[in-house]
Amino acid sequence: MGEVHLSSLSKSFGNQVALADLTMTVPDGSFVVLLGPTGAGKTTMLRLVSGLDQPDAGEVFIGGQSMKGRTPAQRNVAMVFQQYSLYPHLTVRENMEFPLKSPLLRTPAAEIARKVAEVAETLQIAHKLDNKATALSGGEMQRVSIGRALVRNPAVYLMDEPLSSLDAKLRADLRVELKSIQANSGATFLYVTHDQVEAMTMATHVGVLDRGRLVQFGPPREIYEQPVSIYAASRLGQPRINILPADLFGHAPSGATHIGLRPEQIHQGVGQDAFVKRVEHLGDQTRLHLSFQNHDLITVTDAHTALRSGDIVQIQPDRPFYFDAAGARIV
Amino acid sequence: MAQIVIKNVRKEFGAFTAVQSSSFTVEDGEFFMLLGPSGCGKTTTLRMIAGLELPTSGEIYINGEEVSQKPASQRDIAFVFQMFALYPHLNVRGNIAYPLVSQGMAKAQVKAKVEEVAGILGITDLLDRPVGGLSGGDRQRVALGRAIVRDPACFLMDEPLGALDAEFREHMAEELRALHDRMHATTVYVTHDQLEAMQMGDKIVVMNHGVVEQFGKPQDIYDWPATTFVASFIGSPPMNLLRFQGMVGHGAAAVNLSGHSIAVPQMIDGASGDLILGVRPENVHLDDTAPLRGTVLAVEYLGTTQIITFDTAFGAVKARISSETIVRIGETTGLRMDARSITVFNPEGRAMLSTANQGVLTHG
Repeated sequence: MGEVHLSSLSKSFGNQVALADLTMTVPDGSFVVLLGPTGAGKTTMLRLVSGLDQPDAGEVFIGGQSMKGRTPAQRNVAMVFQQYSLYPHLTVRENMEFPLKSPLLRTPAAEIARKVAEVAETLQIAHKLDNKATALSGGEMQRVSIGRALVRNPAVYLMDEPLSSLDAKLRADLRVELKSIQANSGATFLYVTHDQVEAMTMATHVGVLDRGRLVQFGPPREIYEQPVSIYAASRLGQPRINILPADLFGHAPSGATHIGLRPEQIHQGVGQDAFVKRVEHLGDQTRLHLSFQNHDLITVTDAHTALRSGDIVQIQPDRPFYFDAAGARIV
Repeated sequence: MAQIVIKNVRKEFGAFTAVQSSSFTVEDGEFFMLLGPSGCGKTTTLRMIAGLELPTSGEIYINGEEVSQKPASQRDIAFVFQMFALYPHLNVRGNIAYPLVSQGMAKAQVKAKVEEVAGILGITDLLDRPVGGLSGGDRQRVALGRAIVRDPACFLMDEPLGALDAEFREHMAEELRALHDRMHATTVYVTHDQLEAMQMGDKIVVMNHGVVEQFGKPQDIYDWPATTFVASFIGSPPMNLLRFQGMVGHGAAAVNLSGHSIAVPQMIDGASGDLILGVRPENVHLDDTAPLRGTVLAVEYLGTTQIITFDTAFGAVKARISSETIVRIGETTGLRMDARSITVFNPEGRAMLSTANQGVLTHG
């Protein structure tokens, strides 16, 4: 069982609070992505689960068992870091076999060979198995380090930005691969990233972290469509949600100080005049940089729009979000 | 203000050819992108414009003057590097003023100029701060300030945003572009990020293995990629490329994919043999009546839209559709391709075949 439960975890480094009384459950078989900017506490959380660091207060449970006092090796977790760390004197095959050759596991040789071949195929490194690890490109080395985690069968996989050093095409391929590996194997993944595309496309659940606190936890669609705060709403969506004074377009609910508008919450061709400052053709869509009553906003329109900078376009909010002075959503 | 003309420029490092005979023109006031994967020759091209490398052959003109064999110091350009180096012992003001002071400009004039530039960049409050404690974005602004303050004829930038994290990069990209829209200085900008190139550029040169693959406006390159390399490099996800055996005749308006007739823009060129049909994911529509069938392999939620990966007789095909449509893994449906947007590539998989439709979409 790979359920991970974090109970009131706190951790500080000197004066710096990394995690503040954080409680969260990673359900067995789920793919949980922790999302937040640098310093939100994502990596600290992974290190506490793995046992590389100890919490100041609170406890980590894996499969219902307290991990208090257990070393990383005793926790049955596999970790992939942003910076790959391979054995330079070994081949790709030997690197990937390494975890299975642990005397504790006693895995039969045929089983090791089968497992390594299968994972190498998935990660598109089968043709490199007999190369020295140091003879690989950065992207290949990172795939080997992911492979070394995947050959094992741990209770939980912990991944810290494993795709961030790869080029765009490989990253897109591996997003789909990791997602399907996780879905097919039923393994539990706890995955850290600051890339919202990774969070939205792979996660069964996203945990949004803000300065050591968990501010929202749920499926990506729920966080995108029902954000609890300006902060959570700003984590997902490209271009980013527009946050403007609540009464900019007219009447706002009482207590509301801000209105939040994603591009699909802005109707074009009806409502009030906005000035087109800049038109960005991104290929599949076009971004409009608008000026509305001295406020800037960004929305999206047809790829082949005839609008040009200097034009006027009418806009009107459509089922917008409202937020109060503290940034919390008013429903 | 400057126009830059690159004519048959070639650069060899020993036996290695970094840039093969390349030609393109950067018009005065343009924000111009050199785009390609690492090792494609884009940085070498930029360094030749700067005068940091001299071309093996070919000519470079800045404002009509042939400069290809002149050193950097004799070209009126400013270079912003990826690793923006600031002088750590000077404060913000000292860093920005440095190029003017070293030219021997009068003190009062330097002060006025530095304050004007700081105002443009929104860093007036920071002028007397040491550079040590600045955030990444402010350091980048100071580096830009030092480039702007000289009023050079053009700016050359080598992945200036490469080291920043995603959220911040987007913000700085907007800021840079807005700055350009105020100053209108010719800017040549190197990046490997196709979205950054599309977002910021007036024109793009796409390079691969030292060769200019295509040169044009972002939307035109996106809609009508000249080669399958450009089709795959631009767009996220990239253009779907369906390989098939067949022919397209001069004037044809459909191709035959293993018995399925697929409407295409009216062809000007003809070809036969191994052909490639290219279609962007947002031009693939789910339509149960369409003859081309696909089984859903993966669904990637992206907020407003979702990417669906289908397994088809022609390999994986991706569609970008509204996330309001519910799609389940394993189900099979028909795929209809928007005829206006299809590109057909010739048997070598390189040059695009001309159609009567090119350029029509842009103003549709």
